[in-house]
Amino acid sequence: MSNDIFQGYRGRALEQLKKYHVRVWGKAVIETTRGRFEGTVLPRSENDDDKHIVMKIITGYNIGIDTDTITSMKEVGYKKANYAIPEKEFPISDKNPNVKLFGTGGTIASRLDYRTGAVIPAFSPGELYGAVPELADICNIDTEKLFAVFSENMGPKQYIALAKAIGKEIEKGVDGIMIGHGTDTLHHTGAALTFMVQNSPIPIVLVGSQRSSDRPSSDAALNLMHAARAAGHGDIAETMVCMFGPTSDEYGLLHKGTRVRKMHSSYRSTFRTIGDIPLATVNREKVDPIHKKYNPRRKDRNVTIKPFFDDRVTMLYYYPGMKPDTIDLLVDNGYKGIVFVGTGLGHVNKELYPAIERAQKKGVHMYMTLQTIWGYVHMFVYDTGRDMMAKGIIPAGNMLPEVAFVKLGWALGQTHDPEEVKQIMLTPINDDITLREPYNGYLVYQGGIPEVEEFIKKVHK
Amino acid sequence: MKQKVNPQENFGITREKIGYVSRKDATQADYDRIGFMSGLEVHQQLLTASKLFCRCPAGIYHDHDDYDAELVRHMRPTLSELGEYDGTALMEFKTRKEIIYRVNNENACTYDVDDTPPFPMDPEALEIAIQISQLCKLNIVGEVHVTRKQYLDGSIPTGFQRTAIIGVEGAIPLKNKTIRIIQLSLEEDSCREILDEGHVRMYKTDRLGMPLIETVTYPDMKNPDEVKEACDYIRFLNRSTGKVRTGMGAGRQDVNVSCEGGTRVEIKGVAHTRWIPELTHVEAFRQYALLSIRDLLKKRIDAEKPYKISHKVLDYYSYHFDAIPAIKNASLNGHKIIAVNLPGFSGALSHFTQPGQCFAHEFEGRLKVIACLERPNMTHSEALNQEILAEDWEKMEKLLDCQDQDAQLVFWGPEEDIETALETIEERCQMSLEGVPNETRKSFEDGSTVFERVLPGADRMYPDTDTVPRPLEDDYINSLTKNMPGEIIERYKQLKKWGVPEDTYTYIFSRNLYPLIERLVNNTRLKPVFAGTFVGQKLKFVEGQFSKGEAFDYECIEKLFGYLEENKLHPELAVRMLPVLYQHPKMDFDSVLVNIDFKPVGSNRLLDRIPFLSQKFDQVGRKQEPKHKVNWIMGQLRNQATGNMDLTQLARQVAQEVNGSKETKTA
Repeated sequence: MSNDIFQGYRGRALEQLKKYHVRVWGKAVIETTRGRFEGTVLPRSENDDDKHIVMKIITGYNIGIDTDTITSMKEVGYKKANYAIPEKEFPISDKNPNVKLFGTGGTIASRLDYRTGAVIPAFSPGELYGAVPELADICNIDTEKLFAVFSENMGPKQYIALAKAIGKEIEKGVDGIMIGHGTDTLHHTGAALTFMVQNSPIPIVLVGSQRSSDRPSSDAALNLMHAARAAGHGDIAETMVCMFGPTSDEYGLLHKGTRVRKMHSSYRSTFRTIGDIPLATVNREKVDPIHKKYNPRRKDRNVTIKPFFDDRVTMLYYYPGMKPDTIDLLVDNGYKGIVFVGTGLGHVNKELYPAIERAQKKGVHMYMTLQTIWGYVHMFVYDTGRDMMAKGIIPAGNMLPEVAFVKLGWALGQTHDPEEVKQIMLTPINDDITLREPYNGYLVYQGGIPEVEEFIKKVHK
Repeated sequence: MKQKVNPQENFGITREKIGYVSRKDATQADYDRIGFMSGLEVHQQLLTASKLFCRCPAGIYHDHDDYDAELVRHMRPTLSELGEYDGTALMEFKTRKEIIYRVNNENACTYDVDDTPPFPMDPEALEIAIQISQLCKLNIVGEVHVTRKQYLDGSIPTGFQRTAIIGVEGAIPLKNKTIRIIQLSLEEDSCREILDEGHVRMYKTDRLGMPLIETVTYPDMKNPDEVKEACDYIRFLNRSTGKVRTGMGAGRQDVNVSCEGGTRVEIKGVAHTRWIPELTHVEAFRQYALLSIRDLLKKRIDAEKPYKISHKVLDYYSYHFDAIPAIKNASLNGHKIIAVNLPGFSGALSHFTQPGQCFAHEFEGRLKVIACLERPNMTHSEALNQEILAEDWEKMEKLLDCQDQDAQLVFWGPEEDIETALETIEERCQMSLEGVPNETRKSFEDGSTVFERVLPGADRMYPDTDTVPRPLEDDYINSLTKNMPGEIIERYKQLKKWGVPEDTYTYIFSRNLYPLIERLVNNTRLKPVFAGTFVGQKLKFVEGQFSKGEAFDYECIEKLFGYLEENKLHPELAVRMLPVLYQHPKMDFDSVLVNIDFKPVGSNRLLDRIPFLSQKFDQVGRKQEPKHKVNWIMGQLRNQATGNMDLTQLARQVAQEVNGSKETKTA
């Protein structure tokens, strides 16, 4: 009960509130050595200190009162706030395709509770319609909340549950699938679902937002509309990530789940296809394929679900001077797979060789990927590369490190036979390894160069 | 046949009816009669090196076309407290404004365009804000919480302004009363608008994010002059710290005005305090007029029922629109022309609201802002300068099936905006039955205002989830209180006591020159009245007449008087030296003296010349009177004497010489 009345307060601040009989949501007058303050006492974020009491003053702003300055407090009123997103019935139209939206816990549509700052997610079709009414013009949406975890807590269990749920929906006959997802590990999930859900007849679109929808400039509503367009109407039946193309509110890009990566901590246009060009652009009206080849939408329901994962897999980001015991410890702790993220063309230092040999003898599956992100592993150029291959490290082509990690876990979930694992790893699934890199697959512009400056002045980045 | 309203006549009658008087003729009784009430939100940029939430340099501006990149955003209304979108916000959203931001790499970064989360608040800005809060006698908060204040007009790329309360409940003393202060907040400045045309609004991001304080007063001001006095006081107080920016746009104020029964209307971005009296006067009477219109309409219209308008699309060629350039242009652009019937609005459209403006103007501004129809976008049946022929109006009345007490409005615009335009008109009519709509208005120099935006609801404040609260400990606050400037009101009283003329005070306070005068009084032998007048009059004159040398600062003046004292030269010489010093501050004082042709001459040598000059006057003087003789001799000696001896003393000597032993005063 006291938790409810003094939400988030502890220590000194809690003592003060108790002493003067002032509750959270109570309207209070606080006398301090700095003068008098009046307002509504708000819950305090649990991570903040215990030396201040938060109030919303009459003008709508929040302030904190230093408990050391308080000389008296009085509760003069009380009004508890209750919040919910209004539900409006989602209008269903026979003309529109049916799309299933799975929730994983990331908030694509939400509203901030203006008193506490808490995010209230909008998720049911009715809530979504209340927040983004334009969706109803694009498709009919049905929703299902699978779990409530933050993006960084998504893992093998969730991948498997998602894959199974997707399989069921495809059997039921939906026209497209959307998955709302936090953006940090969107590309890990994109890879996992590509491996676990194969030969899908319909689009599977992962979508998130870089700016929460409680702000007027959010990318959430537009991303949702783009994803709904791609899932409901698009012809590309692959596992894709749908996020902003440029940082401007102009169009979205559809990226293959196996070739996409989050490349900026906060930009809206953070997701980029690496080593290739994206699948398509998408706006509210249509999907425009850029990639010449893709798996088209089909009428059948012949999907293959492969929900496997062995989580005794890890990723090792190599750094100069790395000690062999880092590998020994992993092996001793029972890890069965290691994805190295090596320097340059795929290298680690000689000091590690004995540990690598030991790991191989213990049956650990080792693959090499690149810190350079772009390009192919190439271990024949230098002797060190050949040495490492001899010691059991297998080059993973131009597979992205995160993708290789997910794929190795998925492969080990099916077999531990080294040859079979290698077969699975090196047989490309939806371009996780591409046979060739097109010339425009690597474009990182350097600002300051006159022609680049001219370009970004004319074209929205 | 219905009795037609004569718009010109009606305009005059309604102005009389509400008892409008010009500000010149208005007395406190007039303001008491309409219940004048006004409060201020005074914005002041702080003089910091960096912006508030990023490390971009502050105060570097660029031209409209000097940019490195552009980006586009659309602002989306978020759900309000009751889970509903604000009506007008949604209407504005439906018309979809494309907001374009121009970014210059020198002064804006990815934070400014909302692609990077905020960095910790600039400590320098926080310090200045706390110091000014203390000068305003505000209660300083224990912990600073950043709040998001939503703006949908695009003036901030995030869609909200990060702002934080530093202090609450303070007061400033005016000459005759005390004005209470609600709060002082530290916030980021917004973008500067480049253009706003149709569905495109363009901003530049140079000013965006610069630290700004906002001082908000209670509506304690009861007449327009008090509003100006309070505003000046706050601005002078801010400047007294020497840590705020000056110049164009560095200080702006929003003025809140209402009359009794009216609504708080915010006049945004008033650049000069001298505009305030006229603006607040006109606005209070505009509200009073709107209440009179409400009373008129309520007699005819059931305010309980939703108000409905009707409309028809007009065929351009069926009317004599060729003679009306605006409508002709609209037609050439393929725009639709719409006639709207406003039931019961006869006599309301031509009702006086502001000098030279009638009620119909209220629609024009909203059509521009909400429906994106460029002006001129409408006319009406009671236009003061009627352009549409009477026969055409009759034709429209038939088409719309009008009743006697109805009025009509004709507007034009692109087809896709017509629906919003009609909703806008209907909404404004509905509002006129309630009285004064909640809105912000843009000001013009003549004192008139025009609709700018709908005033957002109270629930547009959200805690900022990207920043952590910043505690303000007693020790930290106390460390900032050292070296605080004195109070403006005390300084005002001191200047008065010294006998410095009152008409120099505005200049002295607005340039924060009081500390200079105080230093001159304390550190030199100058008489306070001389020091004050020198700064308030001579320096002001020189500033207005000459262009300033780059290195000139007010310290030069202190050094100048120090030099004169050291060399036993009379302080009067400073008046002649100042123009040279102001333009060439790096010139040493000896050279300045050469430049003004000054030669050191002993007072004896000056006095020795008096008999010779006296004889000379006897030969050349046209009016042989002692008074003229004294003046003539002084004229001959003044330039040479200035700096070498006290001119009053010299004049006394001359008079003595001329009049024998009798003392005469000369000018």
